[in-house]
Amino acid sequence: MASFDVPVTSSGFGQTSRRDAWWLQPVATFLGLSAFIVYSTWAAFQGDHYTYQGYLSPFYSPEIFGPSAHSWFGPKPAWWPAWLLFSPALLILWAPGGFRFTCYYYRGAYYKAFWADPPSCAVGEPRNAYRGEHSFPLILQNVHRYFLYLALAFILILASDAWKAMWFTNAETGAAEWGVGVGTIVLTLNVVFLGSYTFGCHSLRHLVGGGRDILSSSPLALKLWKRVTWFNCRHMRFAWISLFWVGFSDLYVRLCSMGIWSDWRIL
Amino acid sequence: MPDATFRIWRGDASGGALQEYPTFYENGMVVLDVIHKIQAEQAQDLACRWNCKAGKCGSCSAEINGKPKLMCMTRMSDLDVSQPVTVQPMQTFPLLRDLVTNVEWNYRVKQEIKKLEPRKPDAPDGTWRMQQADVERAQEFRKCIECYLCQDVCHVLREHHKHNEFAGPRFLIHIAQLEMNPLDVADRVPDLKDRHGLGYCNITKCCTKVCPEEITITDNAIIPLKERVVDRFYDPLKKLFGG
Repeated sequence: MASFDVPVTSSGFGQTSRRDAWWLQPVATFLGLSAFIVYSTWAAFQGDHYTYQGYLSPFYSPEIFGPSAHSWFGPKPAWWPAWLLFSPALLILWAPGGFRFTCYYYRGAYYKAFWADPPSCAVGEPRNAYRGEHSFPLILQNVHRYFLYLALAFILILASDAWKAMWFTNAETGAAEWGVGVGTIVLTLNVVFLGSYTFGCHSLRHLVGGGRDILSSSPLALKLWKRVTWFNCRHMRFAWISLFWVGFSDLYVRLCSMGIWSDWRIL
Repeated sequence: MPDATFRIWRGDASGGALQEYPTFYENGMVVLDVIHKIQAEQAQDLACRWNCKAGKCGSCSAEINGKPKLMCMTRMSDLDVSQPVTVQPMQTFPLLRDLVTNVEWNYRVKQEIKKLEPRKPDAPDGTWRMQQADVERAQEFRKCIECYLCQDVCHVLREHHKHNEFAGPRFLIHIAQLEMNPLDVADRVPDLKDRHGLGYCNITKCCTKVCPEEITITDNAIIPLKERVVDRFYDPLKKLFGG
């Protein structure tokens, strides 16, 4: 762009004429995300109590290697270095974690809450230097659509987990029988909420049709774009609901597995 | 008549201060009415830009209690008058006097954007055919009244003064309107990345929050443009397989 001389001044950190509780939303975001990061990291490092009957904690799904019956390729591989901590969750959590970290909604939220960039709208910032997502490192956020591809695969896997959570072993006959426990509902809602969040992704909205200038030439693209737009309008809501519920799903399976909670069989 | 105290910025580029004006207002008044009342009764030299008083000309942009708003669309009944009401000029643009800023920079940015370049006419009579589904997206952006409140609140301009590198949300929706126009064949994607500094936007959605026309600036314009830039410059699979 041509050089224009625009002599204006910045505010100091936190300086504003706003009278409302502008700090409330970034503080709530900071506490909500911090609580999730602390709990999920703790749960991922446990490597235990992540299954109960047919239930598998979403933090550990898919279980690529691991000791449980849900494991795809058997127990921890022999070639795994002895000095490196093993937990099935650590093999997979980078994918949904990366999807959330690079999500357009979360980016805007944590730039405010964690980096005060800005602390809130029309509030002074702590730093003068600014590169935004224009250069390294934040330019890497553009990888988001690749995490989307993985997140879509995870939705299929978690849907399959919800199906498996509908099968129970009959204590008398030893046969598998269809049923519904509270855990079934917890894991089914988990995939519904995660799906609602994922299907509202801005990258998905672009990929299904938003990138076209003439949508009407492809009725399928137009229909998909409208559906994704519906979810996209509620992206923030589903981002928080699904974040809370995926953590709760892990907690539910964990507490059932530890014998602290009993899973109530409904059907 | 209820009373209120207004604290209004008085001064020019060389300096100034907030001055207090105790006043009365009537039910139904907006902030611009009270500013005019103060201008008529107490401060005849108070500079303030306005025109339509109907939220359509975008002239009376200011910061009311620290929030970028149109003075003509801010009802007194929505403000807490138990404390002084602060009215300041937009911070992002150079101050001329009192509540009036120089927004000329915006006009110069607009001149740098590639104009609409229509495809060849669809019919022999030189006309085009468009479907409503294709023009709806771009129509949202045509609601813009160029009040520049989004430019004012954008921290890239307000705090970091990237006026020479970043076009700002108002012009990103202008570009989105052109880019998504089904008739347009011009390519603005390389300019978006470099000349207009799209990457500086870190999606804090402040522009969307202050827009008096309730245009969904970030979700419907800026992020779709970011995705078009990703298509062209940052997606190796897209480059490999085309599309």
